[in-house]
Order: sequence, then structure tokens, then C-alpha cells
Amino acid sequence: MSLFDKFQPIIDVREELQSLGIMPFGAVTEKILSSTEAIVNGHRVILAGTNNYLGLTFDPECIAAAKTAIEEQGTGTTGSRMANGTFAEHVLLEQELAAFFNRRHAIVFTTGYAATSGMCATLAGPGDMVVLDADSHASIYDGVRLSGADIVRFRHNDVADLEKRLRRLGDRLSNTLIIAEGIYSMLGDRAPLREIAELKRRYGGMLLVDEAHSMGMLGDHGRGVAEQDGVEDDIDFIVGTFSKSLGAIGGYCVSNHPELDLVRYICRSYVFTASPSPSTIASVREALRVIQSKPKLRTRLWQNATLLYQGLKDLGFEVGPDLSPVVAIRTPSRETTLIAWKALLDKGIYVNLVFPPAAPAGMSLLRCSVSAAHTVNQINCILEAFSELQHVMTERE
Amino acid sequence: MPDYNEFITRIFTTLQPFLKPGQALSEDSELVSELGLTSLQVMMLIEQIEDDFDITVPLNILPDIRTIRDLAVQLEKLLT
Repeated sequence: MSLFDKFQPIIDVREELQSLGIMPFGAVTEKILSSTEAIVNGHRVILAGTNNYLGLTFDPECIAAAKTAIEEQGTGTTGSRMANGTFAEHVLLEQELAAFFNRRHAIVFTTGYAATSGMCATLAGPGDMVVLDADSHASIYDGVRLSGADIVRFRHNDVADLEKRLRRLGDRLSNTLIIAEGIYSMLGDRAPLREIAELKRRYGGMLLVDEAHSMGMLGDHGRGVAEQDGVEDDIDFIVGTFSKSLGAIGGYCVSNHPELDLVRYICRSYVFTASPSPSTIASVREALRVIQSKPKLRTRLWQNATLLYQGLKDLGFEVGPDLSPVVAIRTPSRETTLIAWKALLDKGIYVNLVFPPAAPAGMSLLRCSVSAAHTVNQINCILEAFSELQHVMTERE
Repeated sequence: MPDYNEFITRIFTTLQPFLKPGQALSEDSELVSELGLTSLQVMMLIEQIEDDFDITVPLNILPDIRTIRDLAVQLEKLLT
């Protein structure tokens, strides 16, 4: 008996991948050429799986802001927000995020994972109740586990199931945290936030929504699904990330509850880690301005998303239920997914390969994410590569 | 209020589709190592029981459950 015995299933999968000569996890980007092109595992590819929804990683203004910050403030803060790691710019970004979301309070975290897991772990505690969507991201699951609260799942996006579970809680509703996401990261499907907000109004509790994959993409101002559905007032806490539409790394929570400020003293993923580096904060502040000043980016993103989603559907692929910048293709088997992923790479297209438990309900997925920076020509190249895959996808069913 | 035996009967019924030909269930049957359920399927089993009895069963009981008996004991404990 060894500590490493539990790694055996991973060793088996890795050996299987090695024997097929396919190593999709941790593929190395040898050279990044732009927000949509790179050299990955020796192949020059169009990047179609990066979550770089607005293509801002190479935005000249964001780069210039980051360069200035690095020159003026150094490469890192080397400290926690609660010690020496709060620079004036961290505070400014929090004020700008609060203004962007029309909320009174905002907190910036070092990563999206730290923001989501930290907020879940801090808001709920022993004796409290958490009711979360079954397909919630790992950061939500990890956070609620850490909280010590009682955890109940509702079936993914199933409002009737959520209602049943809330009804059963009775007196416990007053200290219940309901958790959902805006757009779900694996299939790109959207939460029925209008209905979830209505249930929260009727039954009580507080509602936290993770807009990691929807901020910057939906709503008239890019505030996400909550804005688009007109239910922002019903959502107590919105969490999200800087590593997708904002093109950097980090996370945030915004709220009208003044208690959000107390989270700084309690939340371990906020206190016990160094704060985001000055260059990150600077590029995120600039990206937030770009989101607001260039709504055309959103228009282009959705045009590209429609092209890819509809194009793959027309080719006969089984895509997710909703049109979204996340376009996931369900594959008949794990082996097919691997072969298809490698074939796409050989044809110059990088997508994500997703197996359970990262993918829901035992599915194997080829997951694409679309960017506003993709050209129509690039989207057509992606579609062409997929069209040549049809035999792989059907032969092995 | 359902008791231990009712929970056992219902768990046996719910698990029928998971059985391999000739496989028999007992209170000592282990859900994962013997019956081959994934952790996701164990969660779904619990959600089915919640609906069958109209009760709330927090997933926090999972670490204490290996066998069918463990599950029934935890369910009974939750209701007392």
C-alpha cells in the first residue's frame, strides 16, 4: 500500500494516450503568434479553444498599460491584499468593477478559482445549506465542500427540480445559498436565470451566479446573463474571472451587500495568497474600458459563434443545446474524441478535449471556444477541418 | 417517517438496473468497488432517494458511505 496507489487510474489513462501517440492534456504552445494563432506541439494552428472570447490578450492598449505598470511598479506585489499587496490600482480596479456592474462593492482575487471557491467557502458555513446546479464548475464544488455547509444538488438547469429541493428545506431557507452559472463552460448552455431568480424571490435564501463565461459577452453592457435576463437585482453575488473575456488572470466578486467587505478578513483564498501583479491589474483595467467602449467586439463574437455553431450543426455534428461562444461537439466515444482531436491538430486546428469528470454526464467532448478576433476565413478553416472528420465520428459508433 | 428497512428495500429496487447478470444485492454490497457505481451514480442514487421520500439528503454523507447498509444508516440518522 502506497500513497501513490490512488494514482493508478491516471497512470492507466496516460499509458493509453502514450500508446496512441496522442497527448492532449498539457499540450505545449511553443510560440503564441496572436490571440488566434500559435504553434502547438509542433503544429501551426488556429486557436479554437482558448476562452479568449474578445481576443484582448494582444490588444495594443492592454499591452501598453501592462508594460507601463511593470516598469513603474515592478513585476509582482510579493504580498497578500491584507498585508503589503494592496496597491492603489487594486482599489481602483475594484471601484471600476463595481461601477461596471452597477454594484456598491467589489473584491478582486488573484485567480478566478480563488474568487469562486473562496466566496462559496466564506458565504456558507457549518449549519448553512447550499443548493447548487449539478454541473457546477470544480471551483464551486471545492468551495462549498470547504465551507462545511450541507450540500444539495439540483438537476442541471432544471427549474422544477430546484423548486422541489428549495420547498423541502422549510425553515432552513433563510440561511441557504443557491448557486448557478451564467453560461456553463463545457456545453455552452445558458442558465434559466429569470426562473431561478423568481424561485429565490419566492422561497428566500441568497443567490450567487458565476458569470465567468458570460461577462463581456451578454447583455447590453456586457454584464452577462443576469443583465440580459433583467434579473441583476435578484442576484446577491456575481463572481467571475479576468482570464476569459478580459484576457489576463484573476477573479472578482461584486455585490450590493456591505458585508462583502468583511469577506476580505475571512476568506482564506483572498488572505493567504499574493495579490495580482501590477501588470495584470493594469491590463484588466484597460480591458474593462475596451469592453465598454467597443461593443462591436460582442457583435463580432456572436457573428463568429453563429457561423461556427450553425456550421457544425449543418455538418451533422451534435452540438450543445444553446448558441454560444462555447461550441461543444459530443463524440460517440473516448477513442473517437482522441483520434478526432489529433486529426484536427494535424489539420491546424487546436480545440479542447474534455473527458469526464470535467465533462458532464459521462460525455466526451471536443470543445471549441470562439473569439471576436477570429476572422471569417479562420472560422471557415475550422469548419472545413471538422467536415473532413465526419468519417472518424461516424465509423466508430 | 421511513425506517431503516424501508430505505433498504428502496435502495435495492433503485439499484436493480446496475446489477450484472446473476449478481445479488445484500446490505453489505459495496456501491463502488462491488457494484461498480461511479461517484456520480452514487450522487444520482441519493437524489433519487430524496425524490422517492420527499426528503433532503445532503451530499456531505458521502464519505461515510461504502455499503448499502452505510447508506440506509445515514438516511435513518438524518430523519431522527
